[in-house]
Amino acid sequence: MMDYESLMSENVRTLKPSGIRRFFDILDTMQGAISLGIGEPDFVTPWHIREAGVYSLEQGYTKYTSNAGLIRLRAAISEYLQRRFDLRYDPAGEVFVTVGGSEAIDLCIRTMLNPGDEAIIPVPSFVCYGPLVTMAHGVPVYVETRAENEFRLTPEELRSAITPKTKLLILPYPNNPTGAIMERADLEALAEVLRGTGIMVLSDEIYAELTYGQHHVSPANLPELYERTLLVNGFSKAYAMTGWRLGYVCGPAAIIKQMLKIHQYGIMSAPTTSQYAAIEALKNGDGDIETMRGSYDKRRKLLLTGLRRLGLPCFEPRGAFYMFPYIGGHGLSSEEFCTRFLQEENVAIIPGTAFGPGGEGFTRICYASSVQNIETALTRLDDFLGRLGK
Amino acid sequence: MNEILKLLEEDSRYTPSQIADMTGKDEQYVRDTVKRCEDEHIINGYTTLIDWDRTSEEAVTAFIEVKITPQRDDGYDRIARRIYQYEEVESLYLMSGSFDFSVIVSAKSLREVSRFVAEKLAPIDGVISTATHFIMKRYKDKHRAFIVEPQQEERTLFV
Repeated sequence: MMDYESLMSENVRTLKPSGIRRFFDILDTMQGAISLGIGEPDFVTPWHIREAGVYSLEQGYTKYTSNAGLIRLRAAISEYLQRRFDLRYDPAGEVFVTVGGSEAIDLCIRTMLNPGDEAIIPVPSFVCYGPLVTMAHGVPVYVETRAENEFRLTPEELRSAITPKTKLLILPYPNNPTGAIMERADLEALAEVLRGTGIMVLSDEIYAELTYGQHHVSPANLPELYERTLLVNGFSKAYAMTGWRLGYVCGPAAIIKQMLKIHQYGIMSAPTTSQYAAIEALKNGDGDIETMRGSYDKRRKLLLTGLRRLGLPCFEPRGAFYMFPYIGGHGLSSEEFCTRFLQEENVAIIPGTAFGPGGEGFTRICYASSVQNIETALTRLDDFLGRLGK
Repeated sequence: MNEILKLLEEDSRYTPSQIADMTGKDEQYVRDTVKRCEDEHIINGYTTLIDWDRTSEEAVTAFIEVKITPQRDDGYDRIARRIYQYEEVESLYLMSGSFDFSVIVSAKSLREVSRFVAEKLAPIDGVISTATHFIMKRYKDKHRAFIVEPQQEERTLFV
């Protein structure tokens, strides 16, 4: 009998599984639950993009591409970033194509960290950063952002988290799960703190196209931060292409060159079909982004007004497609609240604690769902809160 | 106004309160705007998209190309009026190209459509010729696909 537990990597074995496994186990058993839980676009990839993928298959484009991805795609990414965000990256050495934004995040972390190096992670935020830092033998340092600051990372919070071992600052904005954004002034304040340090910034901008009322600003837009920024983006959220698994990373050529080695050995190249579809998305997809953003925005307003009508404190999220209302004060933890809401009202929303420390008292509601689902969820939430005695 | 109209075109069942929430406007403003659009015939009615092929109802739809001689003074409009007054006419468009009117007619049977063309449409003064095409299958109407594609398998993925 093999003792598998003792054979596996200590690092993997001690990696904490998602704290809300129990919640998802219940969700699995629920029939016909309304889910405002899964964070992905409710659109199918626009047809002209899908067609470009199909067309590439018809042409027989089924082989590996270069490690860094099709040069035509890298050129299109470079052109797109300049056109939409006023960012300049050389397609030949400063851009490469990854398997989703997730791989790009993993590669940035693995490329930058030596064992024991610290990575600062503002929370609540998407679940992958901490575990990936741990897997790279680094140390995740969580910084709790606060509702009264609209979950932005403040310079004071950043300063207090920096130690001589800090190597990386992760900036996950627009943010999942809070919908927070960072504006130029916020980033300038962080730049002030980072000045003179060797800290690199990993900016996860997968929701960059989904901002409401103001244009996304990347740390790379600040001359002071440009040279220390690794920019991660992808196609999943902007073009509703989650299943195509395609993202990219941009940054200083010296780092990209090293990072590419891990990709080369571990991945070879991102899916070829997806790369051809992505070229079409970048060249002719601006209208799709406009349409989808408009649609999310209407639902955002609908949900926000609805939540406030129920008396739930909620700051107005200005990015992504999530709302992060406060649900504390009913004598229930976030997880208890969401579990009971699911069991009693058949609606799935995610406990804030799933997104790291600082999420207690909150819940993430994804509004990339039909107007009807949102309305039904609000009605049931009203009933549920009524039973809890508001 | 256009924002409200676009929402109503997307789903006319949206209530004024929902539209108000989605656009950030006042509910009374939405009600007033809708009323004004109705009065000014910007909104010309509310209807439902039904795929009759999924019911036991017998129905056929035909698309008819009509060539005419435009009338002095009225041009196309008088003949158009004579055509669109018929209950059977679902839509009527003046076209550029090789024919003048596109008439969409719905009726219970092929024979009813044929009779409409022979007895009502073709004899109208100024109509030179008609070409009738029967619609065999409706794939999409008003931006809605009538074909139900199978959904991707359910996944529970935490993102």
